[in-house]
Amino acid sequence: MIIPDDLLYTESHEWIKREGENIRVGITDHAQSELTDVVYVELPKLERQVNPKEPIAVVESVKAASDIYAPVKGTVVEANKALEADPGLINREPYGQGWIFVLKIENPDDLKNLKDASAYKTQIG
Amino acid sequence: MVPFGGWLMPVQYTSILEEHQAVRNNVGVFDISHMGQFIVAATPSSHRVGGTGAAATWLNSMLTNNVDKLNVGVGQYTFLLNERGGIIDDLIVYRIDEQKYLLVVNAARADEDFAWLQNHLKEGRSPDRPSGGRSFAEATAGNLETAVPCTLATRTADFGAVAIQGPQTMALFRALFGKDIELPARNHIIDVPFDTANVSVARTGYTGEDGIEIFFPANDAVKFWSATLERGKPLGIKPCGLGARDTLRLEMCYPLNGSDLSVERNPIEAGLGFFVDLAKPDFVGRDALLKTKETGPGEKLVPFRMKEKGPPPRPHYAVFCNGERIGEVTSGTLSPSLNWGIGMAYVSSAHAKIGADIDIEIRAQKFPATVEKKPLYRKPAS
Repeated sequence: MIIPDDLLYTESHEWIKREGENIRVGITDHAQSELTDVVYVELPKLERQVNPKEPIAVVESVKAASDIYAPVKGTVVEANKALEADPGLINREPYGQGWIFVLKIENPDDLKNLKDASAYKTQIG
Repeated sequence: MVPFGGWLMPVQYTSILEEHQAVRNNVGVFDISHMGQFIVAATPSSHRVGGTGAAATWLNSMLTNNVDKLNVGVGQYTFLLNERGGIIDDLIVYRIDEQKYLLVVNAARADEDFAWLQNHLKEGRSPDRPSGGRSFAEATAGNLETAVPCTLATRTADFGAVAIQGPQTMALFRALFGKDIELPARNHIIDVPFDTANVSVARTGYTGEDGIEIFFPANDAVKFWSATLERGKPLGIKPCGLGARDTLRLEMCYPLNGSDLSVERNPIEAGLGFFVDLAKPDFVGRDALLKTKETGPGEKLVPFRMKEKGPPPRPHYAVFCNGERIGEVTSGTLSPSLNWGIGMAYVSSAHAKIGADIDIEIRAQKFPATVEKKPLYRKPAS
């Protein structure tokens, strides 16, 4: 299972990449493998303001629908439209082309509450 | 791995989509050892108790389909009902000898099925009749000498089973058993030598493809599974899990007990009256079914297909028509063969018409769908 060192993580299996004032968010390799083949993604609307742990997107596999949560408070500034045509990107490139949305964060200090790679690795065992 | 009917089962080995396509295009193998296997056989004294067909007579009193239609070596789909006509289980009964039957039941219901059958056998009570009435033994034999017309035994723990499904089934059958043995005909079951023992091969399945189900002693399970994968390799075989089993059966509109069937539903509501022989004089649930037939079921199970590309339907989503709630989805998925949302739902009978427009509510939004004919997927003509 791939867990890149340079990313942050949530308990609910999102990864977070800091990009200046923004964060890019997707789901981890572990999550995509547990979900199985992703067949549909419901993306968040742009400009939407979200609070931490608020459901913001839905990733659906053949098996089930799973909520994706906002890791911190912020505003949606980008959503990965490529997933509408090719939701399988989440399985093939969970940390690359399979990203889901970008949030403009309100307070960079909020990121301190997230897990680093080793803490996430411990979580998933 | 997920807990399933008391067993630990893989949802997928590699990918549900890949496994699904392997079955549609080549061949897949499913471990179905979790399914319950019961043997019902006439007792030596059954000639005095129930005549030559004691086991059949008793099974006919417990199951909806007509066991008398079965020649030796043939199976049929049937239901085990409670007195209210509710479905305890759906199963296949094979006549494996003159007076011997194999019942293959759902894992999650196996214990309940067995207890139900055993209680009825012990009580020797004729169906739909209070305990004060004449017992089955009395009714069939006219004496009280022996109360039990047949024996019921479970062999679930001692037997394994696999399902081999897909257009390459015949090629794999030959690779496993040699070229000289003929595949059994549809719904037929035969004994075939494999290695040092015999296995039973039935031409049945749950995918809509050509296929067989093979029953063997549990000791041979690993050997048989490995041989199947090895000899199936040149044919593109894939081991398949519960996930692919569900998408394959749903494309064919085969019901899944626990989702589409339950004790709250009867075979007529489920659109499966074909497997109920109401002409039989008596079986558990018959009176209730006659009533449903007379009044017409309030709701019916219908297949549907989404009109637009969008989120796949899921069990328990509400079904609407012109803003009025008319039912609930029991099975739903993205069909891997059609790459489209499909499902089955119980809807009020007025809306259960092929071509009817319905809406599926998904996360507080309504998505249009159409009631379809079975099956939802048809193999392209080759």
